[in-house]
Amino acid sequence: MGKFTEDDLKKELETKEYEYGFYTDIESETFPVGLDEDIVRAISAKKNEPEWMTEWRLEAFRIWKAMEEPEWANVTYEKPNFQNISYYSAPSTKPKYNSIDEVDPELLETFNKLGISLEEQKKLAGVAVDIVMDSVSVATTFKDTLAEKGIIFCSISEAIQEHPELVKKYIGSVVPQKDNFYAALNSAVFSDGSFCYIPKGVRCPMELSTYFRINQAGTGQFERTLVIADEGSYVSYLEGCTAPSRDENQLHAAVVELIALDDAEIKYSTVQNWFPGDKEGNGGVFNFVTKRGICEKNAKISWTQVETGSAVTWKYPSCVLKGDNSIGEFYSIAVTNNFQQADTGTKMIHLGKNTRSTIISKGISAGKSQNSYRGLVKIHPRAENARNFSQCDSLLMGNKCGAHTFPYIETNNKTAQVEHEATTSKIGEDQIFYCNQRGIDTEKAIALIVNGFSKEVLNKLPMEFAVEAQKLLEISLEGSVG
Amino acid sequence: MSLKEKLLSSYLAFEDHLEVDSPIHDLRTQAIKNFEDLGFPTKKQEAWKYTSLKTLLKPDYSIFPKKENTLELKDVKKYFLHDVDTYKIVFVDGVYSSFLSETTHDGMDVCLLSSALSKDKYKPVIEAYYNKVAQESSLTSLNTAFAKEGAYIYIPKHTEVEKPIEIINFATGNEAAMLLQPRNLVVVEENAHVQIIERHQSLSDNAVFTNSVTEIFAEKRAFVDYYKIQNDRISASLIDHTHIKQERDSICKVHTFSFGGKLIRNNLNFYQHGERCDSVLNGITILEGKQHVDHNTLVHHIAPNCESHQDYKGIFDDNSTGVFNGKVYVEKEAQKLDAFQQNNNILISDKATINSKPQLEIFADDVKCSHGCTIGQLDEDALFYLRSRGIAKKEARALLMYAFANNVLEGVKIPELKRRINKLIANKIGVNLGFNL
Repeated sequence: MGKFTEDDLKKELETKEYEYGFYTDIESETFPVGLDEDIVRAISAKKNEPEWMTEWRLEAFRIWKAMEEPEWANVTYEKPNFQNISYYSAPSTKPKYNSIDEVDPELLETFNKLGISLEEQKKLAGVAVDIVMDSVSVATTFKDTLAEKGIIFCSISEAIQEHPELVKKYIGSVVPQKDNFYAALNSAVFSDGSFCYIPKGVRCPMELSTYFRINQAGTGQFERTLVIADEGSYVSYLEGCTAPSRDENQLHAAVVELIALDDAEIKYSTVQNWFPGDKEGNGGVFNFVTKRGICEKNAKISWTQVETGSAVTWKYPSCVLKGDNSIGEFYSIAVTNNFQQADTGTKMIHLGKNTRSTIISKGISAGKSQNSYRGLVKIHPRAENARNFSQCDSLLMGNKCGAHTFPYIETNNKTAQVEHEATTSKIGEDQIFYCNQRGIDTEKAIALIVNGFSKEVLNKLPMEFAVEAQKLLEISLEGSVG
Repeated sequence: MSLKEKLLSSYLAFEDHLEVDSPIHDLRTQAIKNFEDLGFPTKKQEAWKYTSLKTLLKPDYSIFPKKENTLELKDVKKYFLHDVDTYKIVFVDGVYSSFLSETTHDGMDVCLLSSALSKDKYKPVIEAYYNKVAQESSLTSLNTAFAKEGAYIYIPKHTEVEKPIEIINFATGNEAAMLLQPRNLVVVEENAHVQIIERHQSLSDNAVFTNSVTEIFAEKRAFVDYYKIQNDRISASLIDHTHIKQERDSICKVHTFSFGGKLIRNNLNFYQHGERCDSVLNGITILEGKQHVDHNTLVHHIAPNCESHQDYKGIFDDNSTGVFNGKVYVEKEAQKLDAFQQNNNILISDKATINSKPQLEIFADDVKCSHGCTIGQLDEDALFYLRSRGIAKKEARALLMYAFANNVLEGVKIPELKRRINKLIANKIGVNLGFNL
């Protein structure tokens, strides 16, 4: 192993196929391809939605029709044909399970392959998992425990039926239908997603978690997540994704809305591992996601993300710091390899007094990939004593990839303190030499250094998730990280 | 009639006075067409996101001066570095003033672009360099189309220019609104050294819009030290384009001091074509009132083993707006690079705005690139320290501001100029410190 060089590693990385590329054969009920008002109505009808919801979707659809696909991001791809996508797909076996034994064994097999079996999850972490297989939620665990505390954790379609007043009040309040092209599309056709409400003063006793998978070929996945933390509550929410190998590009346009009322805290962690395409750059998932949270007085929203998958990523989890003394945080690791392209970052909008935000972004690019950080820090004139610290570090492996930084800093208040710093470098030969000297082979040394580079962000992940994140870093970059 | 239409129609009139069969004319025709296609930039374009030209383009600018104006030396003496001997190229309303200038052909050429464009003697240089590095953006194209006058500086091999060269553009304001489009060409041959100071000065309160383009070519081991003094009246606006092409081992430094003017936009582009180039971009911006200064820099690293250093400091008062949009672009061949970019800002008033966008685009792996950007206030503790030692508040603040800008000021290598800039800063902050830093 002593002669293992960075070139060898590069070769190995390039030839590394997607390990989670398998396809579960579950009979699905899929809509015909194409999108018009009838399809939107049909989706709504299928889900048995009330009139206001149908209208809301139709309004979004009309807005979407008038919009154009954005082109400003630093990514190039063949635009998806929106009339060539089926907008609804649900596994046909759709009973609600109370215990794990009732779940379709084939489905369980899928999760076992991913190493995230429900049993293991239940035992190890006490995580309540709301599994989204394609678009419909098929299993929810720990619901009873949560119900005791008054916590609502269910699929959004269920929430529309059972808690329409909450959904009606908050849906679209952070990401309105007209926000952007993909948010409008999502608002019109979202099939399912998660809904979470934490009542006043309740501290959620466990990490809430959802696993998303795109399963049916040619099906767009349009998730809608709504998390509401009422006054003084706390919740930690985990979202993780893996998708099976597909040759055609799959579209994923999700919307996540977080609402942190006075003194509440939301911690939202994502591990994203959609299929990135093979080493020639064929296939892979397009990930165009709108994530945004709003903080009221003294509230805190913390985004943590580990982005290793997708052919094209376009994602900016943002915080609107509306209330005084509110806090926004963003921790991100974005790894791109082969032909992957990522344009990701955050927006911190400071509106209230004494608001604080922290941005730590780590980009690792290898192969022929392009990795961009794009962030906005905006301090409004009324945001007295706002404070921001941003740090964006990039690591380049090989000279065919690119790392880019596009920070936007707009300040309108003299009491603001804003700091931004960014560095780009490669793994130092002296660092590798130092490790070699101490008997650590090059492969391990690189893993060690990458791990150290990402540590700041990995540390922010909840314990239960950190394991998975490490695993994904391994798959994306090398076999022996950690 | 909008300014664009007016420009297009006056180009037709302008064309009648030109030699139609010269290669320069082809450039002009192409450029005006390019401008016609692109039009003036709007805020919708990413590069102009924070700067609107709307109000700037409103006045009815006269495009050619109606008559030649003369100036008395005593009226404008203060704008020169009069204590030291310099070469001077002076323009009054875009027309060369031989009375105020001091040019030379002795061992080098410090003269006019108009003569360089028309005389055969200069043909090889013009053919090799003119319009070779200027971008084809709409405003540079506009300048190329109308360019007929400006400074022409040619420094041959192994020549060290013993005194600084001043390029001064005066606007007399004899007309209600004036559009000036100076065009400068600077060629510094192998191992030659030169220091240049550029200044635009309006002499009345009538509106002046200057759209200036400067091309600088630094050949092997050349050394160029370029100072831009922007301390114009509030009626004057400047859009400055400086394009610099560097060959191997050359060093180019551009120092921009923006204190005056209504709207200033500096497009400063460096292209490093040879190995071991060093580019330095420094700037101090101190604004008040409704001033708007936009620094748009690009350092394009094409060859390996190069360096670039950017350091921009800004102090913003009242309703002023500062924009910094710096970009470092590293091609995949440009390995072993050291690029550094820094932008520090102090906001003094609640209504001042700063928009900063430091960008890195990197395609090479063995590089050291970093950038930093801060926005903050004067340190309260430091202020208290000074005040506790009996220094009045105003002076204490001024001292801290000096200290803040000092890094950049240290880079000024012409002592007389440094003294002047110190004075300008003191005036701008409104204090007399009684000593020179």
